[in-house]
Amino acid sequence: VGLASIAKPALAEGLEPNSWEEITSYNNFYEFGTGKGDPAEYAHLMKTDPWTIKIDGMVDRPGDYGFDQVMSEMTVEERIYRFRCVEAWSMVIPWNGFELADLLNLAGVQEGAKYVGFETLYRPEEMPGTQYPVLEWPYKEGLRLDEAMHPLTIMATGIYGKPIPNQNGAPLRLVVPWKYGFKSIKSIVRITLTDKEPPTSWNQANGREYGFYSNVNPEVSHPRWSQASERKIGGGLFAKRVPTLMFNGYENEVAGLYEGMDLAKFY
Amino acid sequence: MPVVDHLNTTLRKLPSWVLYAVGAVYPAWLLYQGLIGGLGVDPVKVLEHEMGERALQLLILGLAVTPLRRFTGLNLMKFRRAIGVLTFFYVLLHLLVWLVLDVQILSQVWADILKRPYITIGMVGFVILLPLALTSNNWSIRKLGPKWRTLHKGAYVAAVLGGVHYVMVAKGFQLEPLIYLAFIVGLLAVRAIGSGRSLLRKSVHG
Repeated sequence: VGLASIAKPALAEGLEPNSWEEITSYNNFYEFGTGKGDPAEYAHLMKTDPWTIKIDGMVDRPGDYGFDQVMSEMTVEERIYRFRCVEAWSMVIPWNGFELADLLNLAGVQEGAKYVGFETLYRPEEMPGTQYPVLEWPYKEGLRLDEAMHPLTIMATGIYGKPIPNQNGAPLRLVVPWKYGFKSIKSIVRITLTDKEPPTSWNQANGREYGFYSNVNPEVSHPRWSQASERKIGGGLFAKRVPTLMFNGYENEVAGLYEGMDLAKFY
Repeated sequence: MPVVDHLNTTLRKLPSWVLYAVGAVYPAWLLYQGLIGGLGVDPVKVLEHEMGERALQLLILGLAVTPLRRFTGLNLMKFRRAIGVLTFFYVLLHLLVWLVLDVQILSQVWADILKRPYITIGMVGFVILLPLALTSNNWSIRKLGPKWRTLHKGAYVAAVLGGVHYVMVAKGFQLEPLIYLAFIVGLLAVRAIGSGRSLLRKSVHG
């Protein structure tokens, strides 16, 4: 992926990607500690080769899919997305990845499947943060099937054309740009198709604060802080807050998924 | 205890203005680091957290002065005012960073103070500390007489509020804020037990 292809869509959307340094030094990946710098410091302990993704549940071809095998079947492209953390900071990240729909189609989604559950690697000896019960390990996330099949939803395997660093969720992670960042689960080892809403880690830890949907929504506050505006990382000490956009700016593309739903209730 | 005696002798020679100086230089240095990129990619949060956490540490140190003297003989009494004033200074800076650099929007600041319990609690703690800081001088002690002591017991309340504020702001189950709160509650308990004993002693003698 050349730099030219990064610049054009970025300019077209008015999105200026954050630097490699910003994207890879400021992370939430609690398996390596709760500090923003902990993942960059400790994630090198995680072995990502070999890597398999177990795809099970309501699929035609369940099994362990090797990372290289998956990559040989997928078309990797670049997506420059806004990334909005539930903590009210944001970045713009030039991901490389493939559409999750393509991977799910590889396994063959069965009729009747309504949800997709995801799990992060849980290997305590390589993940010093997991010795504390900050959350229930392994980290779990989930999407409704139509959200998972949406063309904006990708599995990211790179940033700036380089393999995705461990602290950002190597070797592959989910990216759902219209949801708060914690939905975009990292270092995925398992994908399960189900007909019931799967349990998700933050929702289990504090359901009042973290809903299953967790769509970016400036009108629905987190109980402890407003979501109406955000701080853009990289602006320095005196950066102005900017208003947060409905569905993180992807309203035209995804609002239809939630037609008729009360988004204050299904937050 | 020769070590403690030695330490006390050394500390006696240390003027308390040194503490004020170090306490004032540190935030200025942090601010400078923030300006030149030395605090990472999110300097606002680093400043905010650092000021808050240092304020809590100073609060704990202030609460520990009396028990330290009682149980170890270490005498930090002459620094207690400086510790208290610096605590307030750091809480004020923590509040200012949050207000000016983080939230920025005044209407939202006000809404946050009213609507978000952890911010309400933090603000109440700050308001309690304000008169303590203003009366941390010899003139006020003379002027207020015995009322001064009562007023400055507000520090205990503020300490608990500060500890609770930190616990409430954490995401997920985190150990560090709980350790701070445990220290604060522990030191207050030691104090309560201590004053209970001295009351008992008084009644026995009286």
